[in-house]
Amino acid sequence: MAGVAVSTTINGDAVEYLCQPDETLLDVLRDRLGLTGAKEGCGTGDCGACSVIVDGRLVCSCLVLGAEAEGRKVETIEGMAHGDQLHPLQQKFLEHAALQCGICTPGFLIAAKDLLEKNPSPTEEEIRFGLAGNLCRCTGYDKIVRAVQDAANVMKGA
Amino acid sequence: MRYIRPLSIEDAVGELAKAVGPAAILAGGSDLLVRMKGGFIEPELIVDIKAIGGLADITETADGFRIGAAVPCAVLGENKALRKAWPGVVEAANLIGSKQVQGRCTITGNLCNASPAADSVPALAAAGARAVVAGPSGKRTIAVEAVPTGPGRTSLAKGEIIEAILLDKRPDHAGDAYLRFIPRTEMDIAVVSAGVNLTLDEKGAIKTARVALGAAAPTVLLVEEAGQVLVGSKLDEATLERLAKICSGACRPIDDKRGTIEFRRKVAGVLAQRAATTAYKRAGGK
Repeated sequence: MAGVAVSTTINGDAVEYLCQPDETLLDVLRDRLGLTGAKEGCGTGDCGACSVIVDGRLVCSCLVLGAEAEGRKVETIEGMAHGDQLHPLQQKFLEHAALQCGICTPGFLIAAKDLLEKNPSPTEEEIRFGLAGNLCRCTGYDKIVRAVQDAANVMKGA
Repeated sequence: MRYIRPLSIEDAVGELAKAVGPAAILAGGSDLLVRMKGGFIEPELIVDIKAIGGLADITETADGFRIGAAVPCAVLGENKALRKAWPGVVEAANLIGSKQVQGRCTITGNLCNASPAADSVPALAAAGARAVVAGPSGKRTIAVEAVPTGPGRTSLAKGEIIEAILLDKRPDHAGDAYLRFIPRTEMDIAVVSAGVNLTLDEKGAIKTARVALGAAAPTVLLVEEAGQVLVGSKLDEATLERLAKICSGACRPIDDKRGTIEFRRKVAGVLAQRAATTAYKRAGGK
């Protein structure tokens, strides 16, 4: 089967791939492009572990077809750090130990980045509601919220 | 399976009309991809409607608002004019799913998925919203409550696509509101819900009223009698009592693990009262 030819931009790089019409963007990222940062938790848009940003919108890549990325701009966790320089959110997740098993972490980081870009000074409640589409079954969320608050302060000062 | 992204509504309609096997329309995909993954639908053709001109836009016209079928719910929440005119519709649309889902899901998809518990549908029905349907024999405009015919079923014929939802321009002293009951704070499906849309006269008495209930019957319930009982009142306690009684009586809910029939009946009345009170305040009533 020939598949669908897609030209897109991922983390600023022009990327071309062939995918099946029913293949999700998550599967394309992980299985065809080797970008395994986005995780498949539920595959039905409930857990947020596969979160990516498409044309400035936070989405679950498991609910996007690979074919839909044609002409779009996709941002994944792999584009978050600049070389060895971690994004403030990544740094603060480490400092606050805001992860245990780490499966949910890329999704939380992408969702938190999107949140802070739209609302640089969120209240705790806004953070908790803003990240409600991301499930963590280890930490109980508190450390994640603290890390996001701390990162927001650092980013405002920068 | 074939994936296509037509540039015109005519092409999309044409492809759907001549499709031999099961075909699906893709806008946000937040229901479609889940159903495909679960094996509930195996389309041979997917028609992505997002590249069709105008379908991704909200336009304000002399008559009101035209919300394209591919507009994500998050964009509704970011549109100040729409939020000001129809706060109940927007709050209902913004209750659907997480931030991630909001970036994709659409009110047209919510309507066509035809879940009895769809959040935006009671608010749209109360608002008197209409759906513009494009099909092989041209276009027609129908009331949104005429779209769902049962859980997962719609009145749309083969080849038909809803291309936009229309909301009227608001007169002065108008307000709407939507409330749902869920056992959590968010990320849940309505156990029962209510949308209320009111306009007031200069003295603050209710001039027109529409009340719709969700998850209370196989399809959205537009309770005309509930609207009528509000007309002429200023939402005094006796009127609110009657409103609740009518709404509870109109329910034909199911009994399931999320709520019993008795619970849904009772809460439908309470939510209608509260939504009416909020809509009344938003309309400037005191």
